[in-house]
Amino acid sequence: MTMSHPTDLNIDHVANLARIALTTEEKARFSEQLGEVLSNIEKLKEVDVSGVEPTAHAFPLFNVWGEDEPQAGLPVELALRNAPMQRDQMISVPKVVD
Amino acid sequence: MSTELFYQSIPSLATALEAGKLSSVELVRSVIDRTKAVEPKIKAFNSFDEEDALAQARESDVRRAAGRTRGAMDGIPIGIKDVIAVSGQPLTASSRMLANFISPYDATVTRKLKGAGAICWGRLNLDEFAMGSSTENSAFGPTSNPYALDCVPGGSSGGSAAAVAAGEAIVSLGSDTGGSIRQPAAFCNLVGLKPTYGLISRYGLIAFASSLDQIGPFARSVEDAAITLGVIAGHDPLDSTSYRTEVPDYRAALKTRTGPWRLGIPKEYFGEGLDSEVGRAVEKAIAHYQSIGCEVKDVSLPHTEYGVGVYYIIATAECSSNLARFDGVRYGHRSKDAKDAIDLYFKSRAEGFGAEVKRRIILGTYVLSSGYYDAYYLRAQKVRTLIRNDFLTAYREVDAIITPTAPTPAFRRGTKADPLAMYLCDIYTIGVNLAGLPGISVPCGFSADGRPIGMQLIGQPYHEAELLAIAHAYERAHEWGQRRPAL
Repeated sequence: MTMSHPTDLNIDHVANLARIALTTEEKARFSEQLGEVLSNIEKLKEVDVSGVEPTAHAFPLFNVWGEDEPQAGLPVELALRNAPMQRDQMISVPKVVD
Repeated sequence: MSTELFYQSIPSLATALEAGKLSSVELVRSVIDRTKAVEPKIKAFNSFDEEDALAQARESDVRRAAGRTRGAMDGIPIGIKDVIAVSGQPLTASSRMLANFISPYDATVTRKLKGAGAICWGRLNLDEFAMGSSTENSAFGPTSNPYALDCVPGGSSGGSAAAVAAGEAIVSLGSDTGGSIRQPAAFCNLVGLKPTYGLISRYGLIAFASSLDQIGPFARSVEDAAITLGVIAGHDPLDSTSYRTEVPDYRAALKTRTGPWRLGIPKEYFGEGLDSEVGRAVEKAIAHYQSIGCEVKDVSLPHTEYGVGVYYIIATAECSSNLARFDGVRYGHRSKDAKDAIDLYFKSRAEGFGAEVKRRIILGTYVLSSGYYDAYYLRAQKVRTLIRNDFLTAYREVDAIITPTAPTPAFRRGTKADPLAMYLCDIYTIGVNLAGLPGISVPCGFSADGRPIGMQLIGQPYHEAELLAIAHAYERAHEWGQRRPAL
């Protein structure tokens, strides 16, 4: 397995995936700074990981189930208290379909 | 030792409250007055609500008068990092994204604290969304180190550390993803505990990196930390990563568990990059443990040098996923200039997040993106296994491991503008999160110019009682932790 070269980071593509509008200045600065960080991360290439299982979390539990019992949720007023815009007890957003 | 109310320990305050020599209202007023006096210099708080705190204190006093007091923390003010929900109070994560957010419910730790009668006091500053090691990344401005005002208090829980160090709270809660409790504790001369992953419910904690985040206490003594931990620990059905384990009496363990212990010294934590004053202070602490009969032996954690790389893949990957929820639709900042629904995401996130948060989301999105997942994320998860195995192997021979908490004492504000330099500050604390272990920072000295130094003790999973007892065995013979800042 080979590590990709840091310059592979296509900031326009990644910013689009992350849904963040970056300024030209931010794109240049982040590309340079993250290039340095990725160069440091390249060190991981040295490690022999053949036959090693990945760790998603260092935790001795898997498949936690709860009883399927209905419980009261937040009242609508409280749930909508932090909504940027609302109308008739619903969150309003810009038009999605024409 | 200082006699001001706001610098007293939980047991001495609890005794005074119990004897009727002190009311919770008096104590809370003392903390409020202290906060108002020093806050212009420290800036530990994003906000505080005096009336709310005094109302809680009055309830505590009424309970006590009626003989219905709820234990050692009843009536004691505890500061809360502004990333943990307190119903009806602001919850900002020190981000413009949540500048106007009000918590609709309590985090489980908040509910437990209130259940124990503690006074939830103030919203404490942090690096935005807990991303940083200096509290300089806050959208609301930096916090100062009470021991050296031109220096950082550490981060991300810098406000939680500075407030306790400056007497603006008796204890506080922080959260620790890569060192965010232990490093600020070391910088501010405090005890700071990152419990084992799963010991404390994360329900109501704003998620940064879910496989690493844990809530924990800051205190001016091991005993205060033990008391606070006892209140917030335990299984919670609202957090599926919460572990079903018995919560022992941590405070009693300080007296009943007396060692001697087998302590491991990993050479990888004492190499290049370690400040000489920090190194000497930790060496002296190790010598103390030997002098009280502990067996000290060399251990090896050979994958230590890969910790930072693994961490900045896994933590950013998880943050890019967790922070996808901030889209300007249901809550949080919404851009006023969006052309359409998709543009709303792009502009709200651009306006709401600060530079470090954006940088980490970009890095995390990249390492998870098509074509790079195996090379970065999967490989990092495998090296994570090796890092955890290093620790578990060492624990066949030792009960706990001693290291410096941070490579240097607190650094001056504005001196680590380069993100990589800042990331490397976490080199000694990250492994503990990756391996899911408990770690505690304990004051162990000062630099010649008066900046605090901390050592880190790392324990076995769910062995917090042992870890606190080991920390206490050092603390009781030293007075570092009792030195207060000149404010």
